[in-house]
Amino acid sequence: MIKSLRDLPQEELFVSGHTACPGCGAPIAIRMIMKVLGKKTIVHTPACCLLVFGSTHPYTSWKVPFIHTAFENTGAVISGIRAALEIKGVEDVNVVGIAGDGGTADIGLQALSGAAERNDDVIYICYDNEAYMNTGIQRSGATPYGAWTTTSPPGKEWKVGEDRPKKDVPMIMMAHNVPYVATMSIAKPMDLIRKVEKAKKIKGFRYLHIHSPCQPGWRYDASKTVEIANLAVETGMWILYEFENGKFRITYKPKERKPVEEYLRLQGRFRHLTKEEIEKIQKMVDETWERIEKMEDKSD
Amino acid sequence: MPEVRVMSGNMSAAYGAKISGVEVIAAYPITPQTTIVEYLSQFVSNGELKAKYIKVESEHSAMSACIGASATGARTFTATSSQGLALMHEMVVVAASMRLPIVMAVVNRTLAAPINIWCDYSDVMFERDSGWIQIFCENNQEVLDTIVQAYRISESKEVMLPTMVNLDGFTLSHTYEPVEIPDEDEVRDFLPPYEPEYKLDVDNPMTLGPLVTPDYTMEFKYRMEEGMEAARKEIPKAQEEFHKLFGRKYDVLDGYMLEDAEYVLVTMGALSGTAKETVDELRKEGKKVGILRIRVFRPFPREEIRELLREREAIGVIDRAHSYGSRPPVYLEVRDSLYGEETLVNSYVSGIGGRDIRTDEIKWIFKDMEDSSKKKEERMHWIGLRR
Ligand SMILES: Cc1ncc(C[n+]2csc(CCOP(=O)(O)OP(=O)(O)O)c2C)c(N)n1
Ligand code: SF4
Ligand SMILES: [Mg+2]
Repeated sequence: MIKSLRDLPQEELFVSGHTACPGCGAPIAIRMIMKVLGKKTIVHTPACCLLVFGSTHPYTSWKVPFIHTAFENTGAVISGIRAALEIKGVEDVNVVGIAGDGGTADIGLQALSGAAERNDDVIYICYDNEAYMNTGIQRSGATPYGAWTTTSPPGKEWKVGEDRPKKDVPMIMMAHNVPYVATMSIAKPMDLIRKVEKAKKIKGFRYLHIHSPCQPGWRYDASKTVEIANLAVETGMWILYEFENGKFRITYKPKERKPVEEYLRLQGRFRHLTKEEIEKIQKMVDETWERIEKMEDKSD
Repeated sequence: MPEVRVMSGNMSAAYGAKISGVEVIAAYPITPQTTIVEYLSQFVSNGELKAKYIKVESEHSAMSACIGASATGARTFTATSSQGLALMHEMVVVAASMRLPIVMAVVNRTLAAPINIWCDYSDVMFERDSGWIQIFCENNQEVLDTIVQAYRISESKEVMLPTMVNLDGFTLSHTYEPVEIPDEDEVRDFLPPYEPEYKLDVDNPMTLGPLVTPDYTMEFKYRMEEGMEAARKEIPKAQEEFHKLFGRKYDVLDGYMLEDAEYVLVTMGALSGTAKETVDELRKEGKKVGILRIRVFRPFPREEIRELLREREAIGVIDRAHSYGSRPPVYLEVRDSLYGEETLVNSYVSGIGGRDIRTDEIKWIFKDMEDSSKKKEERMHWIGLRR
């Protein structure tokens, strides 16, 4: 068991030299995840920033077997990999898909749902930067209400920018009643590590969803990545929970939730929001928090 | 001991996959392919076939799962038709470009709209340039035998390209004929277990399918062409060895009454049977007519066609697909093969959307070829079209 960050193995399985932007949340998450999963892991990544910054021929940051095939099919490819390992009698290998929010919430949702419904023995990880960053910051189903993106630009008609709330993929996965679902943040590494460790031990379909800031997409200073990720959790804009064998539990509760404004004001993508809109977002967060707290299993 | 059973084309395809020892199957139902996946799931359910059957939610995922499994070193199989193949298209190209020896039965059916479940080749012609080896069968025995051969060809180290085995929707897929099922042990001599050179392996990690810049992409693509060139050599070798072991002879091209034929009709797939029968009738009337059936469409047997057809009076090419605004695909390739020769080549688009192609129509085609050669003009017709 990993008790502190110092217990993480020294060896990197996603090595530096990659081309992510300074302050990108994704490699922070992936480094930690890969250290927990270990060498006996096979990864599929669809088209997304991670594919580009982690594996541009003839270079690769991956020290484990890695494959990319397309954008919308991670759920299906990892199912195929697992099936091949099973028929060959290869055991003790983690089969993992790591996809962006677009590859998960939008174009890849069908294949993801198929793999979850079959309860295939794989781990699906979504790193959620809340837009299509690789193609230059277009909105995705996971873009939050009020965010600027290049396809939800605030203007005279579309004052608020993105006018729909974030699609809740972890909840959709819970509705598939898979053995394990968890939300995570790069700002709470021990919570993240514990969840990956847990997922690693469970058999069947496991879904992990990490909130992952993007400096150019969210428009903030590159030094503020972890601070912003942390504020998302402390304001309740991003809630850390897990769903294990049908039991739902919030794994981190801020002592006192900070106002969402603290989170929003640090990011250029929310700069256009009026006071009223911010109040509306605060209300949405309060309601979500209340709803989610009611889901908690209080039996033990 | 080989066993003879009366089987549909789809059953023959399923048995072909079974005796090839497929390890992972991922497929999605669509008429007229559906019974293939039904038979295969029954084989797996009965324990007759030790394979993993992935119940995917679409054809796109079927090919994606096959790609994942094949990249991990398993022998994989899928089957589809028409809309399914079209939905799969993106991954069809990826499978070939990643050099994965997947075998897929394509039960040919026209593409919507209008939606129609009957046979033509518009579905597979959209995959013409995908980098897959493409073989068209005339009967159910050929379907079974070709699937076994396909693995051998695709998995050859120099080739490493996937293969589509095409069978006509309904005409073959749902028609019963006696088919010999070779003994599985004998098949193993012909087709040893798949041992890939590269695969996803935690003891030997490598990156497959990275982003590639213009600096390297052309070379990746050129190697696919080299794979196709290698297939030109591997296909006859596999056919020859298959003949030795199982007694059934196959060729890239299948000529019928060709030797002295002045008028040759180029065909593919099951309609070749009707065409051959028509030739028998016309021969009785003293007509020097023959058939050239293209069995292997990719790699296209350009040189062989040129050698066989250059000195004829006229050639007719039947196409069960069209390229709108241009000329139909098989015609174009036959015409290209005969470039620089004086041979007349006529185009006959027919059997679109499952329209029957009758003996009297084929007779008319031969007459048209004779007439066009007298007048020295090339002709284009849609056969059986109501105006
Ligand atoms: C079928 C298909 N449609 C569109 C694209 C273009 N595309 C590549 S990556 C991408 C967005 C990826 O967004 P996301 O999954 O959120 O990952 P991110 O880049 O944000 O990390 C898009 C639209 C594609 N590669 N394939
Ligand atoms: S665009 Fe955003 S997600 Fe992509 S590499 Fe840069 S910081 Fe990371
Ligand atoms: Mg994204």
